[in-house]
Amino acid sequence: MKITVAGVNKEVKDGLTIGELIQQENVETPEYVTVSVNEEFVDGQDRNEKSLKDGDVVEFLYFMGGGSHGFNR
Amino acid sequence: MALTDKQIERYSRHIILKEIGVKGQKKLLNAKVLIIGAGGLGSPAALYLAAAGVGTIGIADADVVDLSNLQRQVIHTTANIGKAKVESAKEAMEAINPDVKVNVYQTFVDSTNIRELIREYDFILDGTDNFPAKFLVNDACVMEKKPFSHAGIIRFKGQLMTYVPGQGPCYRCVFKNPPPADAVPTCKQAGVVGAMGGVIGSLQAMEAIKYITGVGELLTGYLLTYDAIKQEFHKVKLPSNTHSCAVCGDNPTITELVDYAQPTCELKQKH
Repeated sequence: MKITVAGVNKEVKDGLTIGELIQQENVETPEYVTVSVNEEFVDGQDRNEKSLKDGDVVEFLYFMGGGSHGFNR
Repeated sequence: MALTDKQIERYSRHIILKEIGVKGQKKLLNAKVLIIGAGGLGSPAALYLAAAGVGTIGIADADVVDLSNLQRQVIHTTANIGKAKVESAKEAMEAINPDVKVNVYQTFVDSTNIRELIREYDFILDGTDNFPAKFLVNDACVMEKKPFSHAGIIRFKGQLMTYVPGQGPCYRCVFKNPPPADAVPTCKQAGVVGAMGGVIGSLQAMEAIKYITGVGELLTGYLLTYDAIKQEFHKVKLPSNTHSCAVCGDNPTITELVDYAQPTCELKQKH
């Protein structure tokens, strides 16, 4: 089946779970990544069970720090 | 108040834009923007907002300029090493544009002072480098009903989103809670290309200018990500359902600000 991951079209095996996709994509610090499928958040505990469907649009949203420190103890 | 001849000349490239014009320039001159963090993101943002003639710019940072800052914190100079970052930033902004009134806050921004701090400003820029601070800025802006630009940078990547009260998800809608102290690398451990602050901090300044002048569409409901390795931007449409958010949702469980204990300097790199 075809899905879109972070804007890129991919061919993946039918019934791929979000957890499997996370592994396949080598997602960094997967336990702290926010996942959305078709503009809905998918909670951490649902990822291993939830299978993706043909045409799904998946986004991984990462924590990013940056900027300046020194104003918060 | 009418613009002076000098102002008409200084802002001529804004004024000639039909979307901005004299009217938009006056909005900028009357606007108040607070930049939290005079670092990698805050530096370019402050320079562009000062140059643009944002009438009042507040800048908050407790730190002093360090040699290791100068690779990316372009508002500071070698001569200002050891000087308070807010004073160094004020010097640079005033040197660019005497129209700008700069308010400096050389203080640790925390749950006890942030709401009062942001209250008098029209738009807030989050230029902080750690997650407790980012959640603090978000929650305070939600509670005070202030629009703000969130941004983060690491290695060759950066991202930003804009929160406007009532117009889409906040930072906490997307990221829920700060990660544990050792979970996610920060710039200090993982590094960051200096120009990344320039790219993303300038985009934050652009969001502020667009919010103030009312031009175009903001990054409300979107997270814009930038990957310098691939030289690609990707605009992620965020889920619009904010009802269950702990701070901006229908039944918020966070009604007081929290200072998450997380000494940023002790974060370790995972990879």
